[in-house]
Amino acid sequence: MILQTHLAQEPLLNVKNLTVAFKGRQGAAPVLNDISFVVYAGETLCLVGESGCGKSMTALAIMRLIPEPGEITQGSIELSGQNLAQFSINDVRKIRGNKISMIFQEPMTALNPVYTVGDQISEPLRLHQGLTKSEARTRTIEILKSVEIPVPEQRIDEFPHQLSGGMRQRVMIAMAMACNPDVLIADEPTTALDVTVQAQIFDLLREQQQRGTAIILITHDMGAVSEMSDRVVVMYGGRVVEEGLTTEILDKPAHPYTQGLIACLPELDPNPTFDRPDLPEIPGVVPSVWERGESCPFADRCDRVMAKCREAFPPSFQTGLTQKVACWLFEGQV
Amino acid sequence: MSQNSIAKPALLSNKPKPLSQGKEALNVFCRNPSAVLGFILLSSIILISIFGPLIMGVDPFEIIGPPMEPPGSEFALLGTDYLGRDILTGLIYGGRATLLVGIVAAILSVVIGIFIGALAGYYGGTIDEILMRITEFFQVLPSLLFAMVLVTLFSPTIWIISVAIGIVSWTNTARLTRGEFIRLKRLDYVLAERVIGARSSRIIWKVILPNAIAPLIVSATLAIGTAILFEAGLSFLGLGDPNMMSWGLMIGNSRPYILIAWWAVTLPGIAIFLTVLAVSLIGDGLNDAFNPRLRERV
Amino acid sequence: MSVKEKVMVNFIIKRLTYAILLLLAVITLNFLLIHIAPGDPVETIAGSMGGMSEALRDQLRVQFGLDQPFIVQLGIYLKNIMMGDFGTSYFFNAPVTELIFERVPATLLLVIVSVLLAFIVGTSLGALAARKPNGLLSQIVTTLSIVGYSAPVFWTGIVLIILFASVFPIFPVSDMRSAGMSHGGIAGVIDVLHHLVLPAFTLAFVYVAQYSRLSRASMIEALSADYIRTARAKGLSEFIVLYKHALRNAVLPVITVLGLQFGNVLAGAILVETVFNWPGLGRLAFDSVLRRDYPTMLGILFFASFLVIIMNQLTDVAYRIIDPRIK
Repeated sequence: MILQTHLAQEPLLNVKNLTVAFKGRQGAAPVLNDISFVVYAGETLCLVGESGCGKSMTALAIMRLIPEPGEITQGSIELSGQNLAQFSINDVRKIRGNKISMIFQEPMTALNPVYTVGDQISEPLRLHQGLTKSEARTRTIEILKSVEIPVPEQRIDEFPHQLSGGMRQRVMIAMAMACNPDVLIADEPTTALDVTVQAQIFDLLREQQQRGTAIILITHDMGAVSEMSDRVVVMYGGRVVEEGLTTEILDKPAHPYTQGLIACLPELDPNPTFDRPDLPEIPGVVPSVWERGESCPFADRCDRVMAKCREAFPPSFQTGLTQKVACWLFEGQV
Repeated sequence: MSQNSIAKPALLSNKPKPLSQGKEALNVFCRNPSAVLGFILLSSIILISIFGPLIMGVDPFEIIGPPMEPPGSEFALLGTDYLGRDILTGLIYGGRATLLVGIVAAILSVVIGIFIGALAGYYGGTIDEILMRITEFFQVLPSLLFAMVLVTLFSPTIWIISVAIGIVSWTNTARLTRGEFIRLKRLDYVLAERVIGARSSRIIWKVILPNAIAPLIVSATLAIGTAILFEAGLSFLGLGDPNMMSWGLMIGNSRPYILIAWWAVTLPGIAIFLTVLAVSLIGDGLNDAFNPRLRERV
Repeated sequence: MSVKEKVMVNFIIKRLTYAILLLLAVITLNFLLIHIAPGDPVETIAGSMGGMSEALRDQLRVQFGLDQPFIVQLGIYLKNIMMGDFGTSYFFNAPVTELIFERVPATLLLVIVSVLLAFIVGTSLGALAARKPNGLLSQIVTTLSIVGYSAPVFWTGIVLIILFASVFPIFPVSDMRSAGMSHGGIAGVIDVLHHLVLPAFTLAFVYVAQYSRLSRASMIEALSADYIRTARAKGLSEFIVLYKHALRNAVLPVITVLGLQFGNVLAGAILVETVFNWPGLGRLAFDSVLRRDYPTMLGILFFASFLVIIMNQLTDVAYRIIDPRIK
């Protein structure tokens, strides 16, 4: 299904050459460096990478929520053809919570403790859809039902501290989906939750997708990637290093970093012995923003690094039906 | 509080040795312009108050010229009050009472506060309940009124005044100390002490208190400021020591004449203001020095 | 009554009992002190009258109950308080309750207006300054707060008097009413308010300084919270984010401090009333302390403690209304 749809469609969200830099005393540090990827309507795209690779910053850039002193210095973010990067702040606010929504990692602190759950869900409804107080209340109860919160008529007047972590995240999802957005960005939505609850949240997200919402799932959990996503974008050091259909990437990862990521996954051995090999790890650490230059950020940790890698960041080479890799190893393989 | 961010593998031999918390705080303090200003200001005031009278050797209550001379007259550099006493002499001599009472009262209130707060915080339970009730009692007691009562009942000498102020001002320190002790007594190094059988008194005074000292120092500095203002208020109302010149007394005495001799009330007030200002700046500087992350966030 | 309501009632009863006990403790302590201290009220009165016969002194002593043992005196006094009788002033020879109630409205007016003013102005200034933590308004707020704290309240009042008596005579500098002005009607009210301006401003100044600084710090903290990011992510306007989401959380510490410091506010009121000759309890307190008019002193102490306790309860209630997490 996905393949044909993709080749036929125009992308819903088109990020092109996006660069986000933070101005500091030592100059401007690029947190996102020339990022490009697309999101199609109704699909789930995973942004994968370790801490510091810029995946959260990408989400914040799309929402125009980049904290000071960062700013978009280059590139565009096109939603249905319009460039969000150039919108005025007022126009951006019309999009937030309405066409694009976001849920965050820590449901404990993401809700305002002094207002009821219902109040906070009603806010985007009343703002973007102009509902009256009672209309918003009815609709909120419906939404709470749709995220499987029991006894919604009661819960709607409760405060966040009266809810469990899993329920709070459901409320966040309810709040984000209230206005039927085109895109839902979920930044590590389950990292702070119990494993059993994680599965429930992922199920919930999949259900939301039935309504036609595209989901950008940010995660470092490869398990979630294989379960949830149609396509994957792998990031490292503020750059996109690989992208493609999940099946393709998981089957034949091309970039050394992606290979390393997948190799790190522990596998269940049907014949365990005491003499098991060590879990492979990728040696080295992510370079800090100040140390990134024009070179490939993975150069110091790559086992197949070449001189060329330290001189310039490679362009993307097509290595599969939809798979693209930014690595000099694949130069000339088109 | 520390994040699991990937640390740079720095060469250990190259890293500078971390300073003790005290020295580190001192460094930050010295780089803070307003804190240094406060320190210089306070030092000057203290020096003037100690050595001024020694050098001058006169009686500030002595009449040296015609009454209500404005500043710049031939009799007195800063003018005279309604009786003909020299304002400048009054200012120089007035610091002693103010500073003495301020410091003694502050020490008293801090000592009481730490004592009660530490015991309440460390032991918890019934002791905490009782001590907290006592604290609430003193908090509800109208401080100025009660100090006024104490001072009039037991003759207004410097020491009585200091004690009176100290008695009504300790509750803030007590609460602060209690909070710190409640927080710190759960930490591992306290548990370690108990495991090896250390006596409670050792744990309270030698283990926890030194670690709680930072906010307490800040609180003590502010207590000095409050005590100075308190003393000034009492002297202004005429309840101070009538034999010692104090700035509040100068203001209070000249109150009927403020429209004719504004300098007699304004100048001593500036003296009080500058002293408390200096103390506050130091207190703020110490606060910033001990809590650098608050500053950076801002 | 449901379980929830029963719990509430129990809670209130507990609080009330506790407050009463506290008050009684205050009175007992002061009663005790007065009796320990040197000095005899009858002697003071005799002194002010320029001499008194021994017989008259004895008569006064019996009249004031000063010949009884301490415990008996205390018991009688407490019993009388329960019935609302605070005794008779040694000096005015009038019931203490009457003296106090005469002057309470003036003090309450001053204190309530000052505190409200300080709270509203201080919190707003601080919240505005928080938007740019290093901006000009922030610097002003920080400087103002140090100045407000360091300047003795009675001195500020005096400076204002000097300014407004000679330089800008637009506000009256003493008393509550103008001589010859009628007490009732709109004209009377306006006259009082006109006189209220300077004293209220003086008292409020100290606290505007403190509250604005606290509010600024608190607001900066609130603005860095996750739920603010969520609010922005929903597309809410910056105004709503600041004044609906952040402010309600930021105002909590200010309210706490307000309650804790109310005793200081009363102390400041005494000084301000003295400076501006405002006819409130402060003046009476001062005079009765000097005159060793013990019944009046005790009565005022009681009343002041009572006010502080009420204020504590009010701020507690306000806190609970604003923050639903408190049980």
